[in-house]
Parts: sequence; C-alpha cells; structure tokens
Amino acid sequence: MNPLLAVIITGVVLFAAQLLFILLFRTKPSPSEAAHREATAPGAATPGAATPVVAKPGVTPLDDVALAGRTTTAAARIAEVIVPRTADDMSPLMGRRGWMGLAWGAFTASTAGCLAATGRFMFPNVLNEPPQQFTIGFPEEYVEGVDERWKIRFGVWVVRTPFDEYHETSGFYALLVTCTHLGCTPNWLSAENKFKCPCHGSGFRPTGINFEGPAPRPLERARIVLAEDGQILIDKASKFQEELGQWEDPEAFLAV
Amino acid sequence: MADAKSIEPQESALVRAWNWLTETQVWTSIFRHAAPINDRNRVLVMLSNIFLHLHPVRLKKHGVRMRYTWCMGGLSFFLFLNLTFTGLLLMFYYRPTLEYAYTDIVGLREHVPLGIMREMHRWAAHAMVITVWLHMFRVFMTGSYKPPREFNWNVGVIMLFLTLMLSFTGYLLPWDQLAIWAITVGSNMARATPFLGNEGPGASLLAIGDVRLIHAADDARFALLGGTFVGEGALLRFYVLHCVVLPLVIGFMMAIHFWRVRKDGGISGPL
Repeated sequence: MNPLLAVIITGVVLFAAQLLFILLFRTKPSPSEAAHREATAPGAATPGAATPVVAKPGVTPLDDVALAGRTTTAAARIAEVIVPRTADDMSPLMGRRGWMGLAWGAFTASTAGCLAATGRFMFPNVLNEPPQQFTIGFPEEYVEGVDERWKIRFGVWVVRTPFDEYHETSGFYALLVTCTHLGCTPNWLSAENKFKCPCHGSGFRPTGINFEGPAPRPLERARIVLAEDGQILIDKASKFQEELGQWEDPEAFLAV
Repeated sequence: MADAKSIEPQESALVRAWNWLTETQVWTSIFRHAAPINDRNRVLVMLSNIFLHLHPVRLKKHGVRMRYTWCMGGLSFFLFLNLTFTGLLLMFYYRPTLEYAYTDIVGLREHVPLGIMREMHRWAAHAMVITVWLHMFRVFMTGSYKPPREFNWNVGVIMLFLTLMLSFTGYLLPWDQLAIWAITVGSNMARATPFLGNEGPGASLLAIGDVRLIHAADDARFALLGGTFVGEGALLRFYVLHCVVLPLVIGFMMAIHFWRVRKDGGISGPL
C-alpha cells in the first residue's frame, strides 16, 4: 500500500475515532456539580487582584481593560488565571486536552498527507515520450552524407562519412538536433553544406563543429554502436561533447 | 548573576518570537486589527479578511444546529470546492478527443501515482447531487422558501439544475460505452423540446411554406451535442461546458445565494 495513502487513511480514522469518543463521553455535569462550580469559580479568580472579578453565570469574565493591547497568547494566559479550568469531560482514557491534541495531530497529519499526495500526483509513473534508445536499420541502408529521416521522430541526424578526423576512418556518427546556443532545432542546408539554426543564425559544419553565429560549442553526438542483429543502435542518453574531448570515445563513432 | 528581586515574568522564547512576528510591518500590513479579545476586534477580524467576510459577523444560535440545517448547504459548497480542486488536477492529464479521452481516463488510474484523484472527483460528484437534493428538501420542510426568501429559493432551483447539468456533462467525459449511450439517451430528450426540438410540439409550426426551420441539424439537441450524434463535437462541447461554463455560472449563483441568505436575515429560524 502506498505510504501516503496509509497516512491519510490513518489520520482520517483517528480523527473520526476521537470525534466519536468525545461525543460518547461528553455528559452534562450533574446539578450538584454545576452548583459547586458556580460557587467556586468567582472565589478562585485572580488570587493577586485587589477586587475579584465577579462573573455572571455562564459568561467568561474577560476584563477588556486589563487585556487591551495584549496579544492573544497573553490574553489567554490572563484568562486562564481568572477562570480556572475544570475537568468537565468524563472520558476514562484521557482528558479533553488529550483528545483535542490527538484530533489536531490526526487532522494535521492527514492534511499534510493529502498535500504530499497532491504534489506526487503531478509526477506520473508513465511517460509517452519517444525512446532514448532505438535502432535505425543496417549500415548499408545509408549513403554518404547527412541523413534526415530520423530528425522528427527521434531527434538525430545520422551522418555517414568517408573519413572522420577523430577516429581516422570511415563510418557513422549521430548528431543531436539541439542547437547549443538556446536549444532550437537547426535546418540542414544541403546546398550550403551546413546546419543553420533559424532562431539566431548559428551555423555548424556537417561534422557538428560550430563556425558562425552565437553558438558557443559544437553540436553533441550520441552513442552509436551496432546492435546484436547488425542494426545501428543509437542511445541519446549518453552524449559526447567535442570541447571535452569526448568525440574520440569509441562509442561516439561507428567505424564501418 | 541572578537577581532575586527580579519579579518581571520571563516570557518563553516562543511567546517572544510570536510577539516580534506580530509587530513586524509585514504582519501588520496583512492583519490590520488587534487580537480578537473583544467584540469590536472580533468584528474587525471578520470584516478585514476576504475569506472570513463571506461569513456573517454574528450567527444565530440555531444556525449551527445540525438537527435544523443538516449542514447540507455547507456540505454542498464543500463538495463543490473539492470538485473544483480535483477537477483542476484531472485537467492536467485528460484530453477531450476521441483518440485520447478513454485512454487518459485509464491512465489516471494506472499511470498516475495515487490513482484515487479521479475516484474522489467521481464520488464527490455523486455526493453533491445527493446533498443538494437534501438541502432543498430541508429548506422546503422548514418553510425557508417563504418571503422574504422566495428569491433565494429560485436561485437555488437554478443551481440544482446547474448541478445536474454538471453531473450530466461530466458523465460523458470518460468516453466509455456507458458514457456514450447514457448521453445518447439523455440528449434524445432534447428532441422533444417544445418548438426548438426536432420532434417537439409546435416545431412543425415553425416553417416557411414547406421548408421546416427546425430539423435534426439545427434543433436544441444539435446545439447541445454540436452534431447529430454523440461524437467528437459532443465530447469537446461537454468538456468546455463541464470545466469552464457551468462552474463559472454556478460560482456566480453561489455568490448571490450566500449574499441573499444574509440579506434575508440569516439562516431561517426553527418554526
């Protein structure tokens, strides 16, 4: 069971249980008790005061003059002195304060649980996004040059080159279609033999090296290897950056 | 060194922190009244807070008597707030199209953590229909529809209709067999609308010569469904009605309803 759900349910159950208990055990004081209370309450008021505050029966004798300008806490403390608390609940398990503490605790716990659950709701367990790792067919299906067939679906350009200066052989590399300036998608302009970003004019060579515009570094290459069935496998989860010397990594290039 | 003659009571750190907090400019700019220790300040608390001012400053004692009000109006409002909140969360995942509607509903149970959000929305919706009816029943049995409250009774009748329409429009959104055929059956009733329904009484009178002005593609049912059968148009139309139009209208009606309760002398008294 989900722990958040458990917290919420426990809180609600505790809250309901204490409400039930308070309702069950709340009895009216007997006539003799009530009379005793009325007799003792004014006498017990403010031991230090010169004149005891005389309260009407059933009315809390709050002195507005004495409390003026005070905070609620201070006022509550003074009120506590004037009218002593009496145990008026008949619950055998714990006093009224205990039950109220339990009630607020349970209420707070279940509220916090609900808030946490709501936050968790915003993070789904399943994503409907294109996979990071995919196969794109056999090497002989590609001719030399930049191949755009996977640009929209997977977000890569597959480039077959007769000579790669980082590995000094022929083969494949996969360029991510994300501009290194601010993340737009550049266009491949075959007539000019370059990638050109429409947002701010960054230009990249077919190798991915930046040569014009604001882009600060080359396009990134993705991991490219041969799958067991001989197809080319691209894994966008591991990226290789030229300026960090990562393009020389054996998995950044597929020699064919 | 401790001075034995010191009689100044030392307040605890918590109290001192509270006192400091309540004297800061930030606090006093938000809460512009002193502690609610007398009637005047208690009134100011209610009047200077946008949320609390929805409540009356004074309540009659019977207004909080469960056995008199059953708390059904309050519960209906509480459920409406619940439905608004859970409904907003559901809107993050639900797409009202033929392709996605059903799978998104399944996904709300299977793909989203704590898949009870949709169940909360569904059960609160059922409960709200019940509490609204019981509220109306209580108001009727206590005679609270009588002058000066007859206007508010009518506002309430409109809100009962809006509640049922919210329930009806929400029914279609799961886009399963139950939803489609229930709305098919329900919307067929609109065919019989007087004058404006294709098969309703008087519709045949609205004609120019032999050309009928009211037919299957322009009658009341068509306006409801956005088509001649329960299809993509109906789904989108019900979605917009359910999530935007009806909640806005019922929200305005609630503001009027609560305001009228106070203007008409608060909750009516026991007979």
